[in-house]
Amino acid sequence: MAITDFSPVDRAGAFEASFPSPRKPHTHRRTSMTTSGDNLKRLLDLYRTMARIRAFEETALEAHKAGDIPGPLHVSIGQEAVAAGLCANLRPDDRLTSNHRGHGHAIGKGAEPARMMAELYGRASGYCRGKGGSMHIADFSVGMLGANGVVAGGIPIACGAAQGLKLLKSDAIAVCMFGDGATNRGPFMEGMNWAALYQLPVLFVCEDNGVAAFTAAESVTAGQGVVARAESCGVPGVTVDGNDVLAIEETARDLVASIRRGEGPRLLHARTYRLLGHTSTDPAAWRRAEDVEAARGREPLTRFAKLLQERGATEDALGAIRKQAMDEMVKAREGARAAPWPETAVAFDDVQDVGAVAWAR
Amino acid sequence: MGAVTLVEAVRLAALQEMRRDNRVWVLGEDVARGGLWGQYKGFLDEFGPERVVSTPISESTIMGAGLGAALVGTRPIIEMRIFDFVMCAMDELVNQIAKVRYMFGGQAKPAVVVRMPHGMWRNSAAQHSQMLEAWFAHLPGVVVVTPSNAADAAGLLVQAIRSDDPVLFFDPKDLWQAPGELADEIAPIPFGKARTVRTGDAATLVSWSAAMPLVEKAAETLAGEGIAVDVLDLRTIWPWDEDAVAASVKKTGRLLVVHEAVEVGGFGAEVVARIVDRAGPTNLKAAKRLGAPRIPIPFAPPLEAAVRVSAEKVVAAVKGML
Ligand SMILES: Cc1ncc(C[n+]2csc(CCOP(=O)(O)OP(=O)(O)O)c2C)c(N)n1
Repeated sequence: MAITDFSPVDRAGAFEASFPSPRKPHTHRRTSMTTSGDNLKRLLDLYRTMARIRAFEETALEAHKAGDIPGPLHVSIGQEAVAAGLCANLRPDDRLTSNHRGHGHAIGKGAEPARMMAELYGRASGYCRGKGGSMHIADFSVGMLGANGVVAGGIPIACGAAQGLKLLKSDAIAVCMFGDGATNRGPFMEGMNWAALYQLPVLFVCEDNGVAAFTAAESVTAGQGVVARAESCGVPGVTVDGNDVLAIEETARDLVASIRRGEGPRLLHARTYRLLGHTSTDPAAWRRAEDVEAARGREPLTRFAKLLQERGATEDALGAIRKQAMDEMVKAREGARAAPWPETAVAFDDVQDVGAVAWAR
Repeated sequence: MGAVTLVEAVRLAALQEMRRDNRVWVLGEDVARGGLWGQYKGFLDEFGPERVVSTPISESTIMGAGLGAALVGTRPIIEMRIFDFVMCAMDELVNQIAKVRYMFGGQAKPAVVVRMPHGMWRNSAAQHSQMLEAWFAHLPGVVVVTPSNAADAAGLLVQAIRSDDPVLFFDPKDLWQAPGELADEIAPIPFGKARTVRTGDAATLVSWSAAMPLVEKAAETLAGEGIAVDVLDLRTIWPWDEDAVAASVKKTGRLLVVHEAVEVGGFGAEVVARIVDRAGPTNLKAAKRLGAPRIPIPFAPPLEAAVRVSAEKVVAAVKGML
């Protein structure tokens, strides 16, 4: 299989040191962000996606703190490289299932931040007309089949989407995003076996930020980790530095290409770090301050900015991208705040065609 | 077509629909071998392994993959083998299938049929005999189909496969071999329309699924004693034909709802509550439910028989209301 051709490069270093786990170090595709032949525009596009995800979530956090956004909010600050690098390789008709920390996945897949923000605000112009919120954003028009409030909930759905696409003789693929925590639920193992059994066109992406809610993943996870688990079912997997957007982008490109060629499912294990708490109100104070500080030093946007500057991008140009992203999100927030609430009758529609209960005033 | 058993009727219904629409496919354990009950016999030969998919014993993924496949435009029949195993797929059914359309603001309709053969059958004991259809009537977002005979089961299955709503289809497994009649072309039967089985003025008997034949038997016994009752087969418990039941009760003034499921919190309670509300309590002489006691289904034949509703119990309940 193509995956086993990947040259084993020992990545043990500062990044690995933050994961003092008994897992065996897996092989990696790239040594660092030094791949030649990248043109600057493609790199700047990746940077723009990351900056937009960051700006969206920073804006949402602020709005949540101001009391504008109701309900829980799970942000992925520090993990943007995974969504950006991955989604750069997807087509609009590729389907993606996401999890509770899915804003980045949605933006990467092409969803409009203004409609996402309106959904966070619970407004009529939101993607789900105010019926979903942060944890249920979907945009079927760009293949984003929905965030999910149930850990591992998207895994069987992605398997089925891939199976359906195969049945329809489409060459689109399914992509399934989940966290390290999901690998301890039954549907993960069911899904690996299933996808391998039917050789489905599905890419599993484990966004491993080392924590599940308030618990270090390694303290509740036995064995050799997600790649070993997947490979035990016949799904080839590869581990990459999830804070290295080029490593993600290039590895995902190879994996997507082989899946599209009909070579069956693959797993991408991206090791990253959740810089903030589980939800917007969680300070995650249980973490050692020096670990968090060290993680900040590996933060993907700053890291990628450095590389871009080495490749000739000016700080001004990067600053302009960040500013443009922030302007877009501030505008999205203003739009959301000004948008009307949904009519109460909306609560009563889209339940079912037959047997629906009518809204009585 | 003529005489068929219930299991043959639903086999023919699914066959007709898979021939009609090549987006329809079936997934579940052993379906390529015809299914546990023979309800997919011959499907593999006709439709091949891509549309007749024998799966691992992975109920979560059978259910969830059915949903995912529906979201990309196919129309899966999700076979649960025996109802009781749906417990292993409750997240995928309750949190996912029943929610996606609403939660995503109407962006998707999950057109799946979930088939769950339910009820007591040959002393299968506590984990293979349950009737929990009331749980699902309680669940917004789904249609709950509970047929009691070959023709209804076939017509309702056709309707279910053509429906854009997720449909939970409870095959009555104790009635698989019950004889019935079927037309060559199986027409869809709309959901929420009760079937009037017989008519009379003394009381209204409402039932569905496996309890239906014994209610019919009880009505016959009562008729022999000069007590004529209305008998209604709801056929689907969500939506259910409130108008038909209300009209009958207006005539008879007495309502008895009979189901094989546990009486406490059963769907009979909902029917009684709605009808009492609609008729006004003073306009009714009696409104009662008859179901199983609130205990798991025991194994030994005399114990199982003691739990089961029976024609005798129905007769006694009706006489008690007169
Ligand atoms: C089945 C289920 N159990 C528990 C929860 C509560 N919960 C929400 S997120 C979460 C942690 C998930 O960790 P992981 O999958 O690693 O994702 P991360 O939050 O780290 O991005 C938990 C326990 C849930 N939503 N679903």
